[in-house]
Amino acid sequence: MSLPFALLAGLILGGALAAVTCRARVHAGLFLALSLVGLALVFLRLDAEFIGFVQILVYVGAVAVLIVFAILLTRGAENPWERLGNSPGFGILLAVAVFSLLAWALTSASFPKASETAAALTVRGVGDRLMREYVLPLQAIGLLLTAALIGAAVIALPAPTNPTNPPTDPESQ
Amino acid sequence: MSPLLLHLLLAAALFSIGLGGALIRRNAVVVLISIELMLNAANLNFLAFWRYGPEPEALNGPMFVLFAIAVAAAEAAVGLALIIAIYRRYQTNQLEDISRLKG
Repeated sequence: MSLPFALLAGLILGGALAAVTCRARVHAGLFLALSLVGLALVFLRLDAEFIGFVQILVYVGAVAVLIVFAILLTRGAENPWERLGNSPGFGILLAVAVFSLLAWALTSASFPKASETAAALTVRGVGDRLMREYVLPLQAIGLLLTAALIGAAVIALPAPTNPTNPPTDPESQ
Repeated sequence: MSPLLLHLLLAAALFSIGLGGALIRRNAVVVLISIELMLNAANLNFLAFWRYGPEPEALNGPMFVLFAIAVAAAEAAVGLALIIAIYRRYQTNQLEDISRLKG
């Protein structure tokens, strides 16, 4: 195991652990961003430069910021002593069991030998493929993103207030 | 240990952390964060298998990761819009308090 990989793995796993365990939700969002930056650096080390930069642009630049925005917009719900689930021990046990099973399966599996020729992931190659083999998925993803954008805006809009039929308090029903 | 195995183990650990977070936490935003971690672990697997696999010229791994990132971004946008709408209605984002189907 090389030293840079060990450092990046520590950054990713430490950030992820802090993100799911820390009680302050703004900190959780920032730890998520830290973990995603570490992951983008691993992508760069895997010779997938374009994917690494897309990861930084989309995840760190958009998704993490979106999460922090949502946390700040729902500020009043801040509960410093958030209840954990009914049985947190069971959740931890299940996560450890899943990791042990995966690690056992991975270490006992034999993988095909890596190719000798180094692969080059160029932006030109990606664009070429997007316009040839993947042109239908590309259109589908464009449609999905448009639908998600409109849907998110419609869902987050405040409900129209109807003067003849005022919305009833959910607690009083 | 081969570099492929190391990357796969890292992805497995990241996925388990996300799974544990999604099971344990009751805050909707933190559950969404955990789901993002699991999605990213899958992306790491795709890239590791592409880089250390027998056919790196095919570029299938990176293309799948690009589409997965786009779908994850759409999922995050809709999920956070739902969280904001639910907060506006119930003044909470603890998942256990949101148990009514009929608003």
